[in-house]
Amino acid sequence: MALKTDAVGKSWPSTTYQVGREKIKEYATVLGIENPVHFDVDAARAAGFRDVVAPPMFVVVYSMRALAPAMFDPEVGMNFATMVHGGQTFEWAEPVCSGDEITTTARCVSIEEKLGNGFYVFETTSVNGDGAEVVRGTWTNIVRGV
Amino acid sequence: MADLKPGDAIPELKVTPDKYLPHRYAGASGDFNPIHIDEEFARSVGLPSNILHGLYSMGVVAKAAAQGLAGGDPRALKKLTVQFRGMGLPEQEIDVTGTVKEVEGDRITVALEAAQGDNRIIRNAEAELEL
Repeated sequence: MALKTDAVGKSWPSTTYQVGREKIKEYATVLGIENPVHFDVDAARAAGFRDVVAPPMFVVVYSMRALAPAMFDPEVGMNFATMVHGGQTFEWAEPVCSGDEITTTARCVSIEEKLGNGFYVFETTSVNGDGAEVVRGTWTNIVRGV
Repeated sequence: MADLKPGDAIPELKVTPDKYLPHRYAGASGDFNPIHIDEEFARSVGLPSNILHGLYSMGVVAKAAAQGLAGGDPRALKKLTVQFRGMGLPEQEIDVTGTVKEVEGDRITVALEAAQGDNRIIRNAEAELEL
């Protein structure tokens, strides 16, 4: 059966996420990241940040909310029963701090069959309130046996 | 860090996620997929138990790179790319190792891997940092 590729190039509505100090603390605590710039506003400001700063991988908190509608879109039609998260890339630009409003847009980059498996690649682009890019994510999901 | 050169090992990071780590990570990240937090459900779909979130393991790799090379400075990490392979399990030690691949001015590229024993849960990881 040929892989359905209609969704290649499709974008989904953006989501906006308000970054807060407690959420940054919660994420850093779970990962065991101890740098005070993630916990204490004075330490963050002394290090040159506007406010408590997010660890780079905090990107998952705001970008997955934008990606979810793409993943579950029937036009994409991924079979979740045999899907695995195969690979991930993030490229960071401006730091993300408490108080920032981050807007993320998801897009389907490619859907390809390789050796009988489906490779679904999505991109998320996140910008801050000044319109500056903060991070770009490339998400590769592999669906076995398409 | 001016003396780093290709082939140098970066400081190893070892961490053992406890039984409830996936639940706390689910809360922190918003990813409540039951394969990560419900052992019974995970077994019903053929998994050995509930498994770690891949993006948690990637977070541990990011921490190893930033902590090992940049004193934990969150501005240092510019790019991280990983492949998820073996499934990560709670209550088993994760060992993150890395080797410097390239140094170009203040930009450094590191190859990384995360393993639980012989099970390499993240392989072919590559981090780019600005120091």
